[in-house]
Amino acid sequence: MLKQIEGSQAVADVVALCRPNVISAYPITPQTHIVEDLSVIVGQGKLDAEFVNVESEFSAASVVLGASAAGARTYTATSSQGLLLMAEVIYCISGMRLPIVLTCANRAISAPLSIWNDQQDSMAVRDAGWIQLFAEDNQEAADLHIQAYKIAEQTFLPVMVCMDGFILTHAFEPVDIPEQKQVDDFLPPFKPRHIVDPRWPRGIGLYADPRFYMETRYILHRAMEKSEKTIKEVSADFAKTFGRDSGGFIKTYKLKEADVAIVSMGSVVGTIKDLIDQLEEEGKKVGLLQICSYRPFPRQEIYNILKDKMNIVVLEKCISLGRGGILASDIRWSFPRAEKKDRNISSFIAGLGGRNITSDDLRYMVERVEKEPVELEFLGLKKELISDKDL
Amino acid sequence: MIEIRIHGRGGQGNVAAAELLSIAAFKDGKFAQAFPFFGAERIGAPVQAFVRIDDKRVRTREDVLHPDYLIIQDYSLIEMVPILDGLKPEGLLLVNSEKPPEDLKLKTTAIVETIPATEIALEIIGRPIPNAVMIGAFCSITGLVSLEAVQEAIMARFPGKVGENNVAALERAHEIMHKR
Repeated sequence: MLKQIEGSQAVADVVALCRPNVISAYPITPQTHIVEDLSVIVGQGKLDAEFVNVESEFSAASVVLGASAAGARTYTATSSQGLLLMAEVIYCISGMRLPIVLTCANRAISAPLSIWNDQQDSMAVRDAGWIQLFAEDNQEAADLHIQAYKIAEQTFLPVMVCMDGFILTHAFEPVDIPEQKQVDDFLPPFKPRHIVDPRWPRGIGLYADPRFYMETRYILHRAMEKSEKTIKEVSADFAKTFGRDSGGFIKTYKLKEADVAIVSMGSVVGTIKDLIDQLEEEGKKVGLLQICSYRPFPRQEIYNILKDKMNIVVLEKCISLGRGGILASDIRWSFPRAEKKDRNISSFIAGLGGRNITSDDLRYMVERVEKEPVELEFLGLKKELISDKDL
Repeated sequence: MIEIRIHGRGGQGNVAAAELLSIAAFKDGKFAQAFPFFGAERIGAPVQAFVRIDDKRVRTREDVLHPDYLIIQDYSLIEMVPILDGLKPEGLLLVNSEKPPEDLKLKTTAIVETIPATEIALEIIGRPIPNAVMIGAFCSITGLVSLEAVQEAIMARFPGKVGENNVAALERAHEIMHKR
């Protein structure tokens, strides 16, 4: 049913429809509403799940790790410092091949303290062997959770659904919440491969000396690569069952004829699409390549779609300090070295710590790369706040 | 697309007002988006909330920088926040004030309307929360969302006495503006 609800409520409602057995989370802005709403659903008896209150995110991640190893379908959610506090367990979860679903309500990282949105937090664990899916709007955020369970339980890889904190989590907009039966038909009960049970003692993720460890990384890497197929299949299956496109690997908007191709991910693509329409009316051809699956990274697909585009600009809400754009590096790497000479791939960092990304900012970015390629630029930087002493 | 920006202080129900307007627009069969300008929420701090209403799904995520309508729940903010910024010249500004619009001497070509929302809220709800009154006045002036849809949205969110009092405040504001 189509409802005008808060993004967090939509995610909580949909997670409940996925029937997790164990939920554990620690409140942190801007993720808090999701687990608060879920605790109400569990408290009212509408979902038969164990809701485990904990004293930190480290424990929340540990609880879902243990529960998943014992055969439960599990859920947790966090943001920013919470995800960093989980980091040790995050690696253990993927190493143990536990199909946990986590919502990351994307937020900036301290210091200085910022409760506002950017995507640095999930980027900090991008190499951990978790599938990372980025939502464009609250409908997609909701839909991705249903897909995430199916993908995770087919691949035995954990899935992180990333949604921009505040911008999506706190926005009221129309979201279609499916019926329980539709979700039940789409998502069969979880069938674990192995169960940790004291009656049949066994261990997982215990110890690998130099004779064995490297192979575990190789296998995990190959599993991540192979999950590409599952992500696409589940997305196609979802479209067939629920009647709308959500998720998948990548999406494009007016890209075919475009002279300038913008690459981005997350909620900012909505603002980009509106600008593309405006520019089209003014006679400019600009298109969008939107990344939904950031890990595994859709390198081949990106290459196929962008190979004829000579003017590409990457816009991202994160940075590798001392290196530059993270997504931009991934995009630059997607093209064979010999081709790079005449192709311009510009890199813009925007929206850090919740700085509003305006349509005017994006228009400036397009006009800038029409003139010349840009190695790295911070969009909307207030130079008046920076003195020579700072640099 | 119609864009609305609400200014007030933490505790005046600014974010709730934006959410209720979006729910009412949705009930009227339109597409709407509501979101707050998120601060470290605390009572008394300046707060902004945004609403967009359109015939198609709203995609943009930028803050409302050029509103058609401004709803000012606390006039004292004019000293500290550039509340008039970006208001369209042909737009409308609704201020919570007991003064007539011309006495506010606002530097704008937009239409200015006032209503003593805090006073009315104290009388009907018993608390100085002006949002229901402001929404009622806004509906009456603009006709942008129906009063019935707002009433339903309020009752769904605040069932019982709280909702009933807020609906009464909403209706009073609607009547006052209607008579003008």
